[in-house]
Amino acid sequence: MSAATQTLDTVQSVTQSGYKWGWETEIEMDLAPKGLNEDIIRLISSRKEEPAWLLEWRLKAFAGWQQMTEPHWARVEHAPIDYQDLHYYAAPKRKPGPKSLDEVDPELLRTYEKLGIPLKERAILAGVDPASIEGGSQVAVDAVFDSVSVATTFRETLKKAGVIFCPISEAVRDHPELVQQYLGTVVPTSDNFFAALNSAVFTDGSFVYVPKGVRCPMELSTYFRINARSTGQFERTLIIADAGAYVSYLEGCTAPMRDENQLHAAVVELVTHDDAQIKYSTVQNWYPGDAEGRGGIYNFVTKRGACRGARSKISWTQVETGSAITWKYPSCVLHGDDSVGEFYSVAVTNNRQQADTGTKMVHIGKRTKSTIVSKGISAGRSNNTYRGLVRVLPQAAGARNHTQCDSLLIGDCCGAHTVPYIESRNPTAKVEHEATTSKIADDQMFYCRQRGLTEEDAVNLIVNGFCKEVLKELPMEFAVEAQKLLAVSLEGSVG
Amino acid sequence: MLEIRGLSAAIEDKPILQGIDLTVPQGEVHAIMGPNGSGKSTLAYVLSGRDDYAVTAGSVTFDGRDLLAMAPEERAAAGLFLAFQYPVELPGVGNANFLRTALNALRRSRGDSELDAVQFLRLARAETKRLAMPEDMLRRNVNVGFSGGEKKRNEVLQMAILRPRLAILDETDSGLDIDALRIVADGVNALRGPDFSALVITHYQRLLEYIVPDRVHVLAGGRIVRSGGPELAHELEAKGYAGMLTEAA
Ligand SMILES: Nc1ncnc2c1ncn2[C@@H]1O[C@H](COP(=O)(O)OP(=O)(O)OP(=O)(O)O)[C@@H](O)[C@H]1O
Ligand SMILES: [Mg+2]
Repeated sequence: MSAATQTLDTVQSVTQSGYKWGWETEIEMDLAPKGLNEDIIRLISSRKEEPAWLLEWRLKAFAGWQQMTEPHWARVEHAPIDYQDLHYYAAPKRKPGPKSLDEVDPELLRTYEKLGIPLKERAILAGVDPASIEGGSQVAVDAVFDSVSVATTFRETLKKAGVIFCPISEAVRDHPELVQQYLGTVVPTSDNFFAALNSAVFTDGSFVYVPKGVRCPMELSTYFRINARSTGQFERTLIIADAGAYVSYLEGCTAPMRDENQLHAAVVELVTHDDAQIKYSTVQNWYPGDAEGRGGIYNFVTKRGACRGARSKISWTQVETGSAITWKYPSCVLHGDDSVGEFYSVAVTNNRQQADTGTKMVHIGKRTKSTIVSKGISAGRSNNTYRGLVRVLPQAAGARNHTQCDSLLIGDCCGAHTVPYIESRNPTAKVEHEATTSKIADDQMFYCRQRGLTEEDAVNLIVNGFCKEVLKELPMEFAVEAQKLLAVSLEGSVG
Repeated sequence: MLEIRGLSAAIEDKPILQGIDLTVPQGEVHAIMGPNGSGKSTLAYVLSGRDDYAVTAGSVTFDGRDLLAMAPEERAAAGLFLAFQYPVELPGVGNANFLRTALNALRRSRGDSELDAVQFLRLARAETKRLAMPEDMLRRNVNVGFSGGEKKRNEVLQMAILRPRLAILDETDSGLDIDALRIVADGVNALRGPDFSALVITHYQRLLEYIVPDRVHVLAGGRIVRSGGPELAHELEAKGYAGMLTEAA
């Protein structure tokens, strides 16, 4: 079944039929009619009470998108997506979840259990209607209330420090000058097919601004995880670290996220000024589909950071285990002299998953430096591709890149592919690329088992060892969760 | 405790072991000597459950249990330990983490409580010290970048921490300097007792001066061709395998 049809079916099953154009009644306010045209974009913009410039910006993106075709260069295959067959606006709270945990896929619950997620959170993650959670509504309501009050405390701490952290639609309203100054300057609306689509129709996402010289007083992860349990289909994130500022942002959740939207096309833009640093970590575990790959999420993401200031730094760290299809290349554009870009990635594919990920490092400033560490793990019948571009422009004297790209194969039916592109146009630049492919050797497995480890423990130990360089870049608590997540993702890959 | 009856095994249809009979009673240490390629490591692997080998005949019981029917980790849980002739490298896996995972897996299977990181480190440090090994061995990745001798010592450290009931040492003395040889022998002797047996595979009589065996067996062409007391090792040293084998024939 195509992505679009499935999305549509799901959406239709949750709304009454006979839906008519318009937003007149309370019930009908939930969902825009399917299809994408200028009127839909105007609707989105007006629902969000956006200023005129943003509507213009969206319409321009849409016009551009209509001229584009879906990219097919990635090593992924999927059924055609009918973009006219999707709904592009849905107010939150529309999603009618399962009535109780009994209606939730037992596999999913087992996974939550293994990840050590508390019972009441499991229900929330699985999307169970809070009012119907077993043991009365009180439990869930408390959980929700808890998080609201915790979030409020966080908000106050951030406010004191002068950090702006809010949904992007709120930022458009409250800080229009900042949004207008930066939005689309790192990922232009015309950048690529999915970025153009996102620009035209984005509805959710986060905005962060850290003022000059401020070190953000907390990992934005903590806050984020409590607030953004359900993620949108076309998310837009914009993070700005002004001169000398520092912020660490964590996206995602180790719990598998179910979503009725099969297609996800997010855009993340990061900007650092002089001496500023952004550390962006992602632990993503979208539902990968069943063993045959049915029902998984398609994840087409554009993530890019611009190191505009001298000595500024952007680090991307990601642990990707989910999605049916992942198409994702977090990148750094190193404008500022002596600026630094880093990319640390673990991508796991199992069963029939397909991942095409990697990074782009564009060296423009003098003595700019980039480091790429990519660890791909393939199991089952999956395919895992690393695609990396290192581009050194003529003015980037003394630029340096080191790329380390390792693949680990588990079993005989999976694939790992490495596609490095290097374009150096400055003779003083140094670009190094190392790539290895290994299999978990039989003698390693036997050695571990002889010491008493089960096959699964042995694989986990070896895989964690393989990923160590990347895991150590994650904030502490997440490194631990990420390890558990790797274990769960690779379950059943041996034996 | 270990009873091998008529054991034959092949690799890729090539017969290697051809009817081995060997009994190691509880509390005894037996040595196995034999020329290169005679099947000593093969015997060690078959006993510990490596699946490249096909058992074509015979039986093995360990404490009365059918050893050959058990998975390698079950044999480990039952108390069998193999010190590898060629220890395997595990990149990125810390030695301490590896050992703690292994020890806790064994403890779990025996119904004992698991050790936390602090308790484990206390134990591991003490053993490292007793075996006169540098403490940074615990911090390094399993066998990665270890010298030949260090790898062998690391096997002995693992044995000391995991405390097996039956240890098979496959040429653990090869590549060790004289001091290390003593330390390794002390490590084995420290475990000796009514609950510990060992099968010591070696080419050198010297090790057997430190670890005095109850019995010595000569393995040649996939069979035990002679068995005797510790003096057999001396005889071998004097005559060589060729000399002894012509005599035996
Ligand atoms: N994978 C294999 N394929 C083919 N032959 C093998 C394989 N593994 C072992 N052999 C053969 O089995 C025989 C016994 O080998 P084994 O390693 O058991 O000898 P060993 O007695 O331990 O020798 P050494 O003293 O040199 O360690 C040898 O002839 C060896 O070449
Ligand atoms: Mg051998």
